[in-house]
Formats: sequence, structure tokens, C-alpha cells
Amino acid sequence: MWLNTEEIKETIEMIQEQRLDIRTITMGISLRDCIDPDGDKLAKNIYRKIADSAGKLVDVAGALQKKYGIPIVNKRVSVSPIAAIAESSDLDDYVPIAKVLDQAAHDINVDFIGGFTALVQKGMTPGDTKLIDSIPRAISETERLCSSVNVASSKAGINMDAVLKMAEVVKETAERTAKQDGIGCAKLVVFANIPEDNPFMAGAYHGFGEPDKVINVGISGPGVVRATLEKYLNIDLLRVAELIKQTAFKITRMGELIGRESAAMLGVKPGVVDLSLAPTPTPGDSVAQIIEAMGIERCGAPGTTAALALLNDAVKKGGAMATSSTGGLSGAFIPVSEDLGMVEAVEASSLTIEKLEAMTAVCSVGLDMVVIPGDTPTETIAGIIADQMAIAVVNRKAAGVRLIPAPGKKEGDKAVFGDLLGFGPVMPVNRFSCANFVRRGGRIPAPLTSLNN
Amino acid sequence: MKGKAIVTVLGKDRVGIVAGVSRVLAENNVNIEDINQTIMQEFFTMMMLITVDEDIISIASLQEKLNALAEELGLKITVQHEDIFRYMHRI
Repeated sequence: MWLNTEEIKETIEMIQEQRLDIRTITMGISLRDCIDPDGDKLAKNIYRKIADSAGKLVDVAGALQKKYGIPIVNKRVSVSPIAAIAESSDLDDYVPIAKVLDQAAHDINVDFIGGFTALVQKGMTPGDTKLIDSIPRAISETERLCSSVNVASSKAGINMDAVLKMAEVVKETAERTAKQDGIGCAKLVVFANIPEDNPFMAGAYHGFGEPDKVINVGISGPGVVRATLEKYLNIDLLRVAELIKQTAFKITRMGELIGRESAAMLGVKPGVVDLSLAPTPTPGDSVAQIIEAMGIERCGAPGTTAALALLNDAVKKGGAMATSSTGGLSGAFIPVSEDLGMVEAVEASSLTIEKLEAMTAVCSVGLDMVVIPGDTPTETIAGIIADQMAIAVVNRKAAGVRLIPAPGKKEGDKAVFGDLLGFGPVMPVNRFSCANFVRRGGRIPAPLTSLNN
Repeated sequence: MKGKAIVTVLGKDRVGIVAGVSRVLAENNVNIEDINQTIMQEFFTMMMLITVDEDIISIASLQEKLNALAEELGLKITVQHEDIFRYMHRI
């Protein structure tokens, strides 16, 4: 046989025991050709474009899952930023567009649709303002819609007016979905340096530099990396990095295979493979447990940031060799509620928001799925977002913040979201105020490193 | 259109595993190109490289037929297109 039996066994073990899967196939669809001054026509055009483009997405994913015997967990759609697409229409708010996106997602049976998005790192147009004002209603009155707002970039700096505005939007979205512990905030992300080709929610949108339609694939596999490391307890860190690289290569190849083939079957361009380690609430499928497998007693203990830096870098090095086109966020994800190891680390008082913030400096995301007390002041939320934006802007990396101020919950309580979103303990927040800082408004200018032309 | 796939059979050893799997394959015009089989502590492991004529049967339908056999014999049988292994282990 051209393959040896050990290799075949390894692949099967990865899929059946270590939960290797394709986390998402996301079709990016440009809505630029849907623009119309008449809001009703605009909505109709959008529905038609999505239904025509991605109508077969779920069937194709199902067929590939059977052919290769690898689960394809999520099927998603991302669209052009609605703030721009709806701007020249006669609509006063964009909730009707949110609803038509949700309806289209429902009818083609995809899990989520992203792109209820505005890019406001330097300032807002009237369309951006309308979109941002529409977010709390748009999210709370739909099921599958995801929203993202980019408020900072390494080139533009941090739009602090937008940061404060988004803190208000986060609070209101939590309150409108209070019955489910503020779940609406799980579908809303505040970004710095937002990627145009990210297949992962809630931050997926279809950028203006992208083709008309494209297939982007997000892979997974923290369980595979953890299982590999647990076999080698006494090797030095250079070899740990080497092992992670090899494993990341193998995982990413699956994304490359499925990405190429699904794009061909759908007749669209293959986009990027996002080589991210995305955890789920399933036991073992955890990034925190990879860190612990390296020798950290509990995620959050001293050494955690170093271990995560090693992991994140090795994933990229291994993954970059495995695909001709990397993109999206590409790195290790550290969402608290979606990762059982992170949840346990918080419950054991090992992991705090401040430590998570440090960790975001060396991985591909920001403070993600972090539940905070429902009575956290808006200005404090703005301060937490601003800190995260500063780390991303200075380090020239992407970062998304998903904070959930769970209404009525306080430190020690638990917010429960279910499914892939998991549950999260309410984390304590520093009680001193930053109101006088964030209320100044204006913009924090881009760092000197932005002057690189 | 012909495609190559790998069949893996795992489970407790018993009489008739190879015969049973081969019968299902033959009935569906599937050719066996290579077989590798071992038994370790009564644990049966078999891997087959097969050629499937997808105009006659798809990998998905073949998997369904083998699922019925797997249930009957108390085994785990999977059929996967060979590319998943090729992509993962070969550059």
C-alpha cells in the first residue's frame, strides 16, 4: 500500500477520538451588485444573491463529509459590510436588512451569516452610524445574524468615539437578550485590524478586496495537538514546537483539501484556509489543555503567555507550509466560554481578565467570550475594549473583543449559552473608573510604526 | 468515474470478517487492490485499498452498506476517499 497502516490509523484516530474536524466552510459573497436606493428592492436583491450563490453550500458540505469521513461542523455565509451596501438606500435603520439576511440564512440552512458590519477605525459615515444604532435590535430580533465593527487599525489608530459607542451597543444588546444571559453579545464583536477573509464568526465579513464569491475554510483540532503533546512528557520546548508544527501541518492539509474541492463543486474561487485552533466546549477539545499539556498546572499560571506564544507561532509555521493561501485570523483561539479548560481555569481563580489580556498579545484573537457582571459601567467596558485595541494596534495584529455583560449576574454566577457557545463563569472586573479617559473621545493616533511607506 | 478509497475495519476478531467485507465489496463491483490485516490481542485491524466505480456506487452509499455489516458483526468500518490520507501524510 502506498500509505502505511500507521498513517491511516493516525488519521482515523485524529478524527474519531481527538475530534479533528473542519470547523467551518464559509462562503463570502459580495453584495455590491445589490445596491438600490429603494430599501425594499435592496432587500430583495440581497436575498436573491445569497440564495442563488450559496443555495447548494450545505449539500456540498454534506457530500464532502461523507466522501472523506471528516465532520464539517458549520456552514456559514459572510457578506459585504452592510453599512456600505445599505448606505445609499432610503432606509432609516438597517433592521430590515438584518432580517432579510437572517431569512436567507434560514432558507439555505446555514448556521450563521456575518457581515452586519461597519468599518469605522477613523470615523463614521451616515451609513455606519445607522448600522451601529441598529445592532441591538438587529441581533435580538434575528437568530443567525452576526455583527462586527472595526474600531481600530494599526494604520488609523483607535477611534475612541466608536469604542465608547460600541460599549453602549454591547450593553444594550445584552439587555435585549437578557432572558438568555445576554447571548446577543456572543454574536457581536468589536475588532481591530479586522481580516477581510475570516471564516470564523462572529467577525466574518466579505471584504472589498475579495472576489464576487469565495470559499474560506476554518479548521480545528486542539484535541489533536493536546493528544500529541501528552504522548511526550519529557521533551524540550524546541521539540514541543516541532511536534506542534507537524501536527498543525496535518490538520491544515484537511482544510486545504476541503477548501479546494468545495470551491470547485460550488463553482467559486477557493479563498483562504484559516489555520486556527478553535476549541469547543467538548472535553479535550481545548486550547487551555494544550497549555496545560506543556507543563503549566492550570491555564493562567505564570508561563501561560510563553506557552501560548510558542503554540501560536508553531501552528502558523506548520500550517503555512500546508496551504498555498492562509488568511483569516490564523492562530490559537482563547474564547473562555467555548473552552472547558479555560472555564475550569477561571473557576479555579487561575485565569483573570488581566492575564487573558496579556495572552491576547501573543495569539490571534482578543478577549473572547468573556462574561462580566451585568452592572459593569459602560465606560469600564469601553476601557477594556480600548486596552485590547491598543495591544492589537501596536502589535499589528487582529483582535476581536466579545464581552458579555450578563444582565443580573455578578461575580461567581454562571451564564449559560448552550451548543458551541458553551457557558461561562462571570469574571471580576477592576472596580476603578476610566470614565474620564474614555469620555474624552477623539482618536488615539496610529503608532509610529504605521509610517512604513 | 473511478476513485480510490481506504476501508478500515476495527473490532474484536471473529469468523467471517474478511469474507463479509469482501462480499459487500464484490456485490457492488468494488475491486480490492491491497489488503493489510493484523490481529493484536484479539483485536482485529484491517485496511483495504479499493477502487470504487462511482457511476455504480458512491463512497457514501458504500459506507451505508458496510454500516449494516458492521452492526451485524460488532465492528467499526469506515470508508474514506484516499485523498484525505494522501493530503495529510504526503507533500
